[in-house]
Amino acid sequence: MPKPLLELKDISYSYHSLLAETPALSHVSFHINPGEFVAIVGPSGCGKSTLLSIVAGLLAPEEGTISFQNPDGSLHYPKIGYMLQRDHLFEWRTVYQNAVLGLEIKKQLTPENIENVLKLMKDYDLYKFKDKKPSELSGGMKQRAALIRTLALNPTLLLLDEPFSALDYQTRLTVSADICQIIRKSGKTALLITHDLSEAISLADRVIILSHRPATVKFEVPIHLSLPEDSSLAPRNAPEFQYYFNLLWEALSDEKK
Amino acid sequence: MKKNNSSTKELTKQEAFVKAHRHYHHRISFYRIFIFALFLTIWEVCANTGIIDTFFFSSPSRVVLCFIELVTEKALFMHIGITLFETFLSFFLVFIIGLGAATMLWYSAGISEIAEPYLVVLNSLPKSALAPLFIVWLGTGTPTIIVAGISVALFGSIISLYTGFKQVDPEKITLIYTLGGTKKDAFRKVVLPGSIPTLLSTMKVNIGLALVGVIIGEFLAARRGLGYLIIYGSQVFQMHMVITSIILLCIIAMGLYQLIQWTEHYYKKKV
Repeated sequence: MPKPLLELKDISYSYHSLLAETPALSHVSFHINPGEFVAIVGPSGCGKSTLLSIVAGLLAPEEGTISFQNPDGSLHYPKIGYMLQRDHLFEWRTVYQNAVLGLEIKKQLTPENIENVLKLMKDYDLYKFKDKKPSELSGGMKQRAALIRTLALNPTLLLLDEPFSALDYQTRLTVSADICQIIRKSGKTALLITHDLSEAISLADRVIILSHRPATVKFEVPIHLSLPEDSSLAPRNAPEFQYYFNLLWEALSDEKK
Repeated sequence: MKKNNSSTKELTKQEAFVKAHRHYHHRISFYRIFIFALFLTIWEVCANTGIIDTFFFSSPSRVVLCFIELVTEKALFMHIGITLFETFLSFFLVFIIGLGAATMLWYSAGISEIAEPYLVVLNSLPKSALAPLFIVWLGTGTPTIIVAGISVALFGSIISLYTGFKQVDPEKITLIYTLGGTKKDAFRKVVLPGSIPTLLSTMKVNIGLALVGVIIGEFLAARRGLGYLIIYGSQVFQMHMVITSIILLCIIAMGLYQLIQWTEHYYKKKV
């Protein structure tokens, strides 16, 4: 049993205004093992993004603890890559300049890092668009460019906040499978937030269901799909898919009552 | 042969579109010039037939004569140069101070909240009311005029720049934080480059306002410049001089606006 990379214990968080306190998270606990791809599914507005912001260190939890165990055994905050809902590529930069934005901010524009970004761009068919403006790219290409921008800093843990929700359905299926493959190949640990059950089942090793606001972990299930072929739609055709879908659907709809 | 035919047909459709487009724009230009020419003609005719008194209203031909006289006898170009110099200096200072102040307001929510009522009051205060104070404090001369120019444009430009900075998508700023950036990075990588259109439109307004302020200043505290010529001309009842100076101001205002327009055009082409 490997030590979990990330462990959350009894995390609670509330938003405050002068009129009221709105609890968003209540005693959320879960862990993620190194190399694992975990999806968190919950009803919209349940505090999923709040949870991700806390994991990313952008918000401090009001209660509870987060602990990390890096692959090298150290306990400090690991390098985290965060992919937002929209690609947010800057129109005043070329695709390449967007991809190295993180390196620029971190002052890590070393030849090796640049080489790495260019290699990623070559691998994911963006190299010939590197001097183009983001508006000249398709939705899927933009999302890949955003992923390269995130991967350029070589993060240990990737956080994905519904990164496909802005894409149309068809693009979404191919891009999500595409991006999932990129992440798996690179051996990164990933935490995906989504409200799309089938997306969660087809991409993740484990699915966590959150309850309504204030969110707490409701249900957790490891996913094992037998994949006969390697295509972007294969997971959705796996014999177990329907079983998992119904199982998680029940858990979610239970919640809605 | 047939293929060739259809392609020429398509070409003519495209050509027809281009032609219609050009025709429209030529017509717009024609009417602009026509109205101007008509105005000058009516003015000249009315002046020559005695419908209006040229002593009060001058006339285009007298304006031209007056212009030549001013150039030869009163060093007109020196006056124009002074006004332009003062306008550019005020504009430049407004740009630097405005950008600096708006940046500071963006950095600190506290400071911006504290400053808000002051900015609103200073912005709506008629700046010409302050001019007498500037004269007492700074004497008559260039410093007073520059300060008058700055005072007219500054507060509005701080407010519009700050508003522009605030309108940058907060998620883009979050992106900088997720990449490990600081508030300074957010400003340099997102807020500033994202606000360049606002910056340019503010500059467009400012160059005009700086000219307004400089003329107010020259009315009260100058011995040189177009504002001085206008006041001097009215005091000695030389309406030709006043009207010539006003027309020169029109041309200057148009030129300054065009200058910023070109900058904007150049920027858009580059992006």
